[in-house]
Amino acid sequence: MLNSTNANEAAAKITALVVDDSRINQSIHRKLLENLGIENQVAGNGKEAVDVHCSGKQFDLILMDMDMPIMNGIEATRTLRAMGIRSTIAGVSSHAHNENIQEFVNAGLDDYQEKPLTISKLISILQKVNIN
Amino acid sequence: MEVGQMQRQWVDYTKSLFLEGLLDGQFLQLQQLQDESNPDFVVEVVSLFFDDSEKLLNDITRALEQPSVDFKKIGAHVHQFKGSSSSVGAQRVKNGCIPFRNFCEEQNIEGCIRCLQQLKQEYYLVKNKLETLFAMEQQIVAAGGSIPMLELSF
Repeated sequence: MLNSTNANEAAAKITALVVDDSRINQSIHRKLLENLGIENQVAGNGKEAVDVHCSGKQFDLILMDMDMPIMNGIEATRTLRAMGIRSTIAGVSSHAHNENIQEFVNAGLDDYQEKPLTISKLISILQKVNIN
Repeated sequence: MEVGQMQRQWVDYTKSLFLEGLLDGQFLQLQQLQDESNPDFVVEVVSLFFDDSEKLLNDITRALEQPSVDFKKIGAHVHQFKGSSSSVGAQRVKNGCIPFRNFCEEQNIEGCIRCLQQLKQEYYLVKNKLETLFAMEQQIVAAGGSIPMLELSF
């Protein structure tokens, strides 16, 4: 199994925020993180993600959807970066690489993965997380 | 029926869903995520998918009935449907969304109506099959058995 003891130990101190308006993806992404022992919470759109940070919370990793109501992932990523948030932000959306994701990446992403997110994609994202 | 026989039936039924292309590897991912801490994970996620899908299908149907059809809005719904079906591994539903989006871009109403009918058929087929699968799982558990782990490779 991929969620070996080593992976669990390495991930034990990592915290994550799942930003997605779909309850299906919220459930799957949270479960993927939980199975790797990563503490996490959910924001239902970009604005909620910004609000959580305004209240002083910080995360090592943010899994950011692109299409969301109220505030999309592009704007949320840009806003968080403008606020000085240095967390690893991984864009996760169903847009294929060749579609218009460049704007999303330019907004300040550290990584981009096409949905559906899997254990192996998550592990590849986690390799970019810098725990200080 | 004894538990072993039920489990064999469950394995055969699950395999048939993959062989017919109704499900893809993403569904296996969900099954692999399920554990003792959350034994109903797959059923919960798939139930959310059913709720979402029926809302989306209704919204798309209504939008196509308007005197002035908003193709951009329908395209956004179809994109959402493609995302949710790919998240649960409902492969044929996901595949049905691809030509549908193209027809939205072309503003081709006949094409959209045809795709919607096909999408509904594919959705209700996979829903029916998954409900049967979950009912089989309940029977296995009720008889004191456990759900066999599938080792499928495609």
